[in-house]
Order: sequence, then C-alpha cells, then structure tokens
Amino acid sequence: MTTGKMNQINRLEGGQIDRSTRLKFTFDNRQYYGHPGDTLASALLANGVRLMGRSFKYHRPRGVLTAGSEEPNAIVELRGGARQEPNTRATTAELYDGLYAKSQNRWPSLAFDAMAINDRLSNFLTAGFYYKTFMWPAAFWEKVYEPIIRKAAGLGSLSMKEDPDDYDKGFKHCDLLIIGAGPAGLSAALTAGRSGAEVILADEDFAFGGRLNAETYLLDEAPALDWVTQTIAELSSLPNVRLMRRTTVMGAFDHGIYGAVERVSDHLHNPDPGKPRQILWRIYAKHTLLCAGATERPIAFDNNDRPGIMMAGAIRTFANRFGATPSQRIAVFTNSDDGHRTAADLHAKGIKIAAVVDTRSDAPLSTDYEVLRGAQAIDSKGRLGLTYVDLRQADGSIRTLECGALGVSGGWNPNVHLTCHQRGRPVWNAELAAFVPGGALPPGMSVAGAARGIFSTHGALTSGAQGAIDALDLKSTVAHLPQAEDTPVTQKAFWYVQGCSRAWLDQQNDVTVKDVKLAHQEGFRSVEHLKRYTTLGMATDQGKTSNMGGLAIMAELAGKGIPEVGTTIFRPPYTPVAIGAMAGRIRGKDFHPTRLTPSHFWAKERGAVFVEVGNWLRAQWFPLPGETHWRQSVDREVLATRASVGVCDCTTLGKIDVQGADAADFLNKIYCNGFAKLAVNKTRYGLMLREDGIAIDDGTAGRMAEDHFVVTTTTANAGKVYQHMEFVRQCLCPDMDVQLISTTEAWAQYAVAGPNSRKLLQKIVDAEFDISNEAFPFMACANITVCGGLRARLFRISFSGELAFEIAVPSRYGDALMRRLMSEGEEFNVTPYGTEALGVMRIEKGHAAGNELNGTTTALNLGMGRMVSKAKDSIGSVLSERTGLNTADALMQVGLKPLDTSDKVTAGGHLMAVDGPVDAAHDQGYVTSAAYSPTLGSMIGLGFLKDGSNRMGETLRLVSPLTKLTVEVEVVSAHFVDPEGIRVRA
Amino acid sequence: MHNLSPITALGGTAPRIDTVAKLTLSENPDIALASVTARADHTTACRAHLNALLGSDAPAPGKACLHDPELAFWTGPDQWMIAAPFETHEDLAARLKAQFGVAASITEQTDAWACFDLRGDGIDPVMELLCAINIRAMQTGDAARTVIHHLGCFVIRMAPAGDLRILGPRASAGSLHHAILTAMTSAL
Repeated sequence: MTTGKMNQINRLEGGQIDRSTRLKFTFDNRQYYGHPGDTLASALLANGVRLMGRSFKYHRPRGVLTAGSEEPNAIVELRGGARQEPNTRATTAELYDGLYAKSQNRWPSLAFDAMAINDRLSNFLTAGFYYKTFMWPAAFWEKVYEPIIRKAAGLGSLSMKEDPDDYDKGFKHCDLLIIGAGPAGLSAALTAGRSGAEVILADEDFAFGGRLNAETYLLDEAPALDWVTQTIAELSSLPNVRLMRRTTVMGAFDHGIYGAVERVSDHLHNPDPGKPRQILWRIYAKHTLLCAGATERPIAFDNNDRPGIMMAGAIRTFANRFGATPSQRIAVFTNSDDGHRTAADLHAKGIKIAAVVDTRSDAPLSTDYEVLRGAQAIDSKGRLGLTYVDLRQADGSIRTLECGALGVSGGWNPNVHLTCHQRGRPVWNAELAAFVPGGALPPGMSVAGAARGIFSTHGALTSGAQGAIDALDLKSTVAHLPQAEDTPVTQKAFWYVQGCSRAWLDQQNDVTVKDVKLAHQEGFRSVEHLKRYTTLGMATDQGKTSNMGGLAIMAELAGKGIPEVGTTIFRPPYTPVAIGAMAGRIRGKDFHPTRLTPSHFWAKERGAVFVEVGNWLRAQWFPLPGETHWRQSVDREVLATRASVGVCDCTTLGKIDVQGADAADFLNKIYCNGFAKLAVNKTRYGLMLREDGIAIDDGTAGRMAEDHFVVTTTTANAGKVYQHMEFVRQCLCPDMDVQLISTTEAWAQYAVAGPNSRKLLQKIVDAEFDISNEAFPFMACANITVCGGLRARLFRISFSGELAFEIAVPSRYGDALMRRLMSEGEEFNVTPYGTEALGVMRIEKGHAAGNELNGTTTALNLGMGRMVSKAKDSIGSVLSERTGLNTADALMQVGLKPLDTSDKVTAGGHLMAVDGPVDAAHDQGYVTSAAYSPTLGSMIGLGFLKDGSNRMGETLRLVSPLTKLTVEVEVVSAHFVDPEGIRVRA
Repeated sequence: MHNLSPITALGGTAPRIDTVAKLTLSENPDIALASVTARADHTTACRAHLNALLGSDAPAPGKACLHDPELAFWTGPDQWMIAAPFETHEDLAARLKAQFGVAASITEQTDAWACFDLRGDGIDPVMELLCAINIRAMQTGDAARTVIHHLGCFVIRMAPAGDLRILGPRASAGSLHHAILTAMTSAL
C-alpha cells in the first residue's frame, strides 16, 4: 500500500470541514487524508484525484459529476469483508477515520482497465445491441455467451457473505412531514414548529441547510450558515419537532405513509454494539411538504464525460462547503447566469478561470475572467482526466481551452420524484423549460421551493413558510423571514450542441445522444420505449441527470413538444436501499416468532428432538441414551404406548371456544354432520366442508354446557378455521347468537393413550370424578379438577386407536402436570411420544389428517360420505352432491400393504394396475400417507383408489417414477389396528 | 389446594426482569384474564353489569378502564377483556360468569397471554421500533391492538402515566420478549 501525498493539493480555504482533525482513508489501496465534514468525493478531489470510476458498458474513465445523491459516476465499493457495499455514491459517503473504498467495474485497475476495449467496439455495442446478438449458434448461449455476459455485466460486486449488521424498522407519526431541510424546508419547519404541530423534518444529508451550504448568498446580511445554525437550534428546542438528518424519505406510499431510511451508523467505522446500522421508518404523515430542491441538468456534447467535467453547481458546492476544487484551472459552460456564479466563487478562492463559455449572445461580462458569448463546448481531451476543451465560438471558429475541470450548467430540474410515486405525472412549465409538480399528487402532499420551480432563495423561504401554513391550515401569516436574494430566474432549453453523437446523456448506463437517435430510427419513440430500449434512466441513479436530456432529444426527433412526449414514472426508492434495511430484524432465527408448547422446557430437558410445525416447535421423538437412529425411538414409542401408556403434547391443535344460545345451530351450519342434538358432556367428530363440498378440516367438538362448546382443529388449520368460523358468524349467520374466541394457547392439552391410560389418569384426576368406562364412556367430556383442585377438562377421544383421553389444564400448570404424569406413570412405564409416533399410530388406525384433507378430497373420498347430513343445511352440503364428485369410480380412501414386508411404501406414489402402461391415463389413485408400522412389522400406507372400497384384496403396483420405485401392494382396509374399535371403548 | 406449581410464560419459576439504561421490562405473570362478549339481545344488560363491575361505563374502542382490581379494555364490537390480580382472582372467569349470567359469554383467557410491563424513561423511542401505534399521542387509559414482530398484541397505557402494559400470545412470549429487549438495546 503506497502512501498518498500528505498535503491535499486541491484544498481551498473555508468550507464546513474541521481542519483541526485529520482523517486517514484508503481508496484503491492508496492512503489519503481528509477532514470531518468531507465526503469521500470531496476528500478525493482535495487530494487531486479526479478519476473515480469506469463506466458500465464502455469502461470509459469517469470522475465525479455532482456533489449529491444524484451522482452517476463516482460509485464505489465501500468497506471490505462482509460489510462491503457496492454502488455507494462517493458524494454522499461521509468521511471517517479508516474509511476503505475501492472503485468498481475495472480490471485490473482504474488507471488501466482491460475492458476499455469495449469503447473501441462501441459501434457494435450501441443501445439494444443484445436484442440483435447472442442468438447464433443456439448451443453457444449456455456455454459461451451467458458466462461471458455474467462476468461482464452488473455494477459492483457482492461480498457473498451474510450481512453482519443489524437493521431496525420503526414507525413515526406526525401532523407535517417536511422532506428536505434547505431554505424552503427550514422555514416551513419553523412556521409549523412554532404553531405546536407535530413536525418531522428530514434531510438525506448529514448537514441541514440544503443549497444554503453550497452557495455564498447572504441572509439578513450575514452568512447563510448563521441563519441555518440558529434555526436548527430553535427547532431542536421544540419538543414537538423531530429533526432527522442522514434520513432519505425514499417513497410516498399509500395512506399517507412514507418510507424513510435513517443512516444511523454509516458515518462511523462500525456501529456501536447493539445499535442498528440503519433504520427503515414508516412515517404516518397527515400532511407532507416536499422541499426536495432541484437537480442541475447538463448540456450534452461529444466526450462530455471525462473526469473533471462536472455540474457547475457541484463545483461551487465542493469549493464553498467542502473547501475542495477539482483543478486549479477551471472553465465553465453554461446557458444561464447560474454558471457564472461558479466562476465568481472559484475566482474568489484563487482558482484560475480559463473562460466562461456562454451559449447566449448577451451573456454578462466580467472584469475578472474571460466570458465567451454565443460559444459552445464541442469536444474534450484527456482520457484519464480533462486537459483541454474544444469550443466553437460565435463566429464559427474553433478554439481550445486548457483546463483541468469544466463546470456545465444547462439549468435546474425541480425534484418532482416523490410527487410521481403514485402514478402522478409532472407538468411542463415552458417558462422554466422544466417539469414541475402537477396532476394528482399523493393525497396530503404539497410542494414548496425549488422542487416546485421557485428557484430564488427568497422564494424558497417564503413558499416554505406558506406551504406549512396551507398544509396545516394555520391562522398565522408568514412570520419574519431573513432578507435573501430574489433574482428572477429564467431558464431556456439547451439540451445538446448540434452535431454531437458520442455525447453522454446517462453516464451510469452509458447512453448517448446517438443511442436516442438509434431508438427513434428503429421505431422506439414513446418515452417508455426510449427508456427500456436504451436503458436510459434505468440505473441506480434513476436517470436524475439524464431523463430530461433524453426525452428532449426524442421530442425534437419526433417533431413533438416535450409535454407531448411526457415522462416515465418515478418509483420508490428515491435512492438505493440496502436489502438488510428491508428485512430489519426479521431474519435468521427471528424470521418468524416461535411458539413453544407448555411442556417445551420439560421436553428439552428430556432430550426431545423438535420439528417446526408452522411457528410451533413440537417434540418429534424422545431419544433414549443408546438410540442412534430415529426409527429406534419412534418404533419404541409406538409399541410402548400400545402396550401400556404414552403421553403426547397436543396443545398445538386449535381450540375454539363457542358459546351462545345458538351455539349448537352454528356448529350444525359449519359441520356437515349433525351437532344440534349432541348431549352435554359428549364430544363428537366433526367434518367441515367448503362451500364447494371439498373438506377443509376435521376435528372434534365437545359440549361443555347447553350453550358452550369447545371445537378443535388440526394444528396447521387453527387460524384458517377460526377465520372461516368468524366469517360464517359475522357474514353468513349474523342473526345467530353465537360468540367465538380462540383458546388454543390458554390450555395445555396432553393425549394420554394406551391400555393403562385410565389407570394413570385416576392418579391425577381428583377422586370425586368417576372416569370409569361406565361413568365416562368413549367420547365423553367434562370439566373436572386434578391434583387437589386445579380446574381441568377431560375428553375421551382417541387419535391413536387405543383407549385414550386428552387432559387440559391452564397452560402455566402444563409443565407441572407433565412432570406429574411422568412420575405417577413410572409404574406403568409411561412413555412420552412425539409427532412421529403420533403419525404412525393414526396411520395404523386409518385416521385422516392433513395429507388426506388436501384441498381436493370430499367426505365421500374420505369414506365419510354418509356423514354429510341431509336432514339439515350446512356449508358444502349441496355442492357435495355434484355429479362430478360422485362418479362410480370416485376415489375412496384405502389402506395399502406391501406384498413383500421389506418393501417401501412412499407417500406421493401412484397406484397402477399390476400390468400395463404406467402413465396418467392409467392412473388408479395415489398414496397420501406412509409409515413403518412396528405393530405390523412392515411399512403401510393410506391412499385414494378409484372405487377403492370395492377393491379390497386386489394387488396393485405403487409407482414413483422420480425415485425409481415400483412396489407391489395389496389393497386393505385403512383400519390396520383394531378395526372393530374395541380398544377405544375399553 | 392443588399442588401443581406454575411456570411463567418465559419458562421460569420467577418472572424475568431486564433493565436497559433507565427502562425496566418486567414479565408479569400475576394477571388473570377473561373475555366478555355480550350475547344477542343482552347488550344493554351486559353493559350494565360492566358498569357495576368497573364503576363506570364499559370502555369505548381504543380505551381501557383502569379500575382496581378489575381493569377492562375494549377488544371488539361488544367485546372486552377483563384483567385482575391473579393471586386474588384466579377464578375470574367463573366469578364473572356468575355475575353476568346469560348476558355474556365469558371465557378464561389468563394463560392465552403473556404480560410484559415497561416502566421508566424511554418507552416512546422503544415502542417506535416495535409497532405502528402513535405512542407519543397515547394517553393514560388508551388501549390499542397492534402487531409486534408478527404477533397480535394489546398495548395499554397504565397509571401512573408512562407505564406501558403489553399483552402478547403466551406461546410466543420468548419471541416477544426478545423483540422488546432488542428494541430497548437499540433505542436507548
């Protein structure tokens, strides 16, 4: 690493930099020095560096063009390692000690870029060249063209490492959001703040003041900075005003919500521990005043893109605010008085002005430097940095000016972008030869200052104050504002010099005047086609310095007025936003909230292996020491439960409390089977259908009292079923007296299953509750107490097919209850079981679950056709009778067993006849669930088979072509274990 | 008296307390909750019972009635949540059912929710990082439904003014606690 010059050769006196502190920074492996208050761009200029990048397509050497966020050329990779950020504008990157940056898009170096060969091939690389190339031969696309294009294309590179920074998202509310803290924004904030309104003033810059920081105007006969400092001090003292610097309001979204990115830590080497790098704010604003200023526009001429050719206003900014100049010898090319300001300001700082080249024949003259009236810049020289500018003078003669920088000024474009984010289009103002806000602005938004086309300082101050008064409907008139210049501004159009061709419009995407002419020639004449065919305006700068020039040239070629050609639509974000800011804290293990069951901490102690089920963590199995494969654990859990007793946490299944005088009628409506006559203290299995007769979900409903039911759902469908029930309640049956509320998380619920389940529960349930088979038969339910008086609920339902119960207590006691079941159950060798064993047992029993209720199956398919009651109307009843759903060969649920017990059965496999073709035309059905059954000693499956209930004993092929599986299976009853249901009724 | 020991939503035997700068986040397991929904044709009677219980009208949308020991906040059309100290009101749902009779459907909600209390300086900047409530405008007695880290929560501005109560789904207590603590570390 070579050490750069210690002295900053292009530093000037003055500026808002802190010379008492020196900051060291590195650019392209060279070290330089700058000061607090510098940006990377200003510090590089001060160090004599003009070459900052290479252009996208032609790899032409480029320097900084502007001093703001509209910068197209000086885009760098900031920081190294995982925090590396591509396409960072050097003009907005605040300098800090140890800053590290590299230029982009060049190999091997900025000074010598091998890809510059593209510039010599420019005739083949004009706009839209890729629509006409890379097509032949077809085989070359994948192996040759695509890899080359991938290497060559793109702007900047990613670190390919995970972003290590934290980002927050936040919400703010205000009466008035003021976007931009230049003269208009500051005076609006003062007015609104003093009225007591809730105000947010946001600026993308790290210093408030806008263009007041860049110009040498006086306010009230004093430096403008004095008024800015005073104003900020007053605003800071008001509790109702919030100042947000380094905050880009990047989008106007619906409902008065604005997106804003606050760069909390980007000006520091690293964020402080626990602090975010950036915050993405949603600002809810009742009113918004856009005071975003204006962006200077260039004039196109051949080779107008060399390092050192900059916007005239930017040269002023670098000189006045940052105390830096691009060269000791500068020329200006302008079509208005504005460019002359650059010459005057730089001359005052001791810079040699080569000449002011003014297109107007009546341009003002100067005693300090030469002004060439009626002249135009037509070409430039100096590949790695400007050395000469060629001019055509008024009399037609050519002259060459020696200079290291050229300030170009073609006028100013109001920053209308945010006014267009909701498809508004700006309107053409012929007096200003510029687009100004117009049409339908986002509701609640108004505009003040230069963003509206009011370009004088006095105008900005006044319109800002008035804008606040109008937005908030204040009774006051505009308070005292400082005296400021009020020079009338006229702008005339001057987009390009005649005869130019390789004259750059969009410097970031390398689009020239020649490209616009080509687009016109090839028929791409509308502004939308112009944009997409040439890619003008499609780079990271969204064409801030190029859109106007491009469409003006197209208008001329098409023989139309500019307003007729119109503009394309500006879309958020105004400037690029890090993806990390969009994600905020929603990443990694915080991507979604995690729901833990009441027995979770106990299960963790027990060494359970967990599985994600939606947001839930459920125990999948409980390995014992010595078990090395999950099948060992799961097989053991199944056998132990069926042999004695097992316990499984089933809290996650939805529990919906249904109450009201019409609760039973309501259930009759949502379930296809009957519930009106369900007795108190009885549970019933229920099947819910969609309007079209397809099954949504199944569960149970327990009647705790005449007017009180508890409805259960599958885990995955809890939210969906609740939503469905609320829709029925509110919209389909609003006259029913029924109330719903979720109680899924309120109660810890455990399945206790197996021949010894009752014996175990009798040690838990308080003695006054008789849970013998006679007193508490299959499908009973009751409110009870346990362990000496704790309120609980008991349901005698079985998913496993064994004698089984589900016991529920308020969740805070769930942990203790589980531990009590384990200790009391020791004598029965009680075995905790997880979702895998749960799944095996329900498949062994032939119980339908989510795999079977897959959104295409009906009650008939599930073998529950007769459950759809015709004695009452329920959702789905009528359409379940459609002929298409009731054909003779309708799919029916069956069980499947492999002929060879060592064969696999896989879910997803299709069922084919033993012989014959294997294709869709011969498809007989498909397998929905499969598991190894330790009870039967082979794999088993559940599936749907055409006319399945009439094909018991038949042999079929189970085929899975993708996994190359073909197995012979026998069609059997889905109820593999205890088909008579003797165990559940024990 | 039963002999099962409860655990808190975060899984401890004692509530978790965290302090960042001058703000304290306390897990609060000592709340009993019950939902009260007026039954059809009984809305007037239901409101009358609420009035008798709270000593004032049932709270309007966006509001809470910070009565002692019962606190009520609005949760939906003709629907409210009642909160009371767990120690003395563990049977809150049963008590309310006895009082309201057929006028309302009452459901125990105690362990459907986890409660976190914020007390001290810096509540507003922390809440700005968590949810869309206009926290600067939230007064004592305001109650809002909102979303914090994908979780549907209730937020109540308690008395003394400034204290904030956050109720979130109990099973996600860990995620909610983590989100609040992260916001505290970030903002303060």
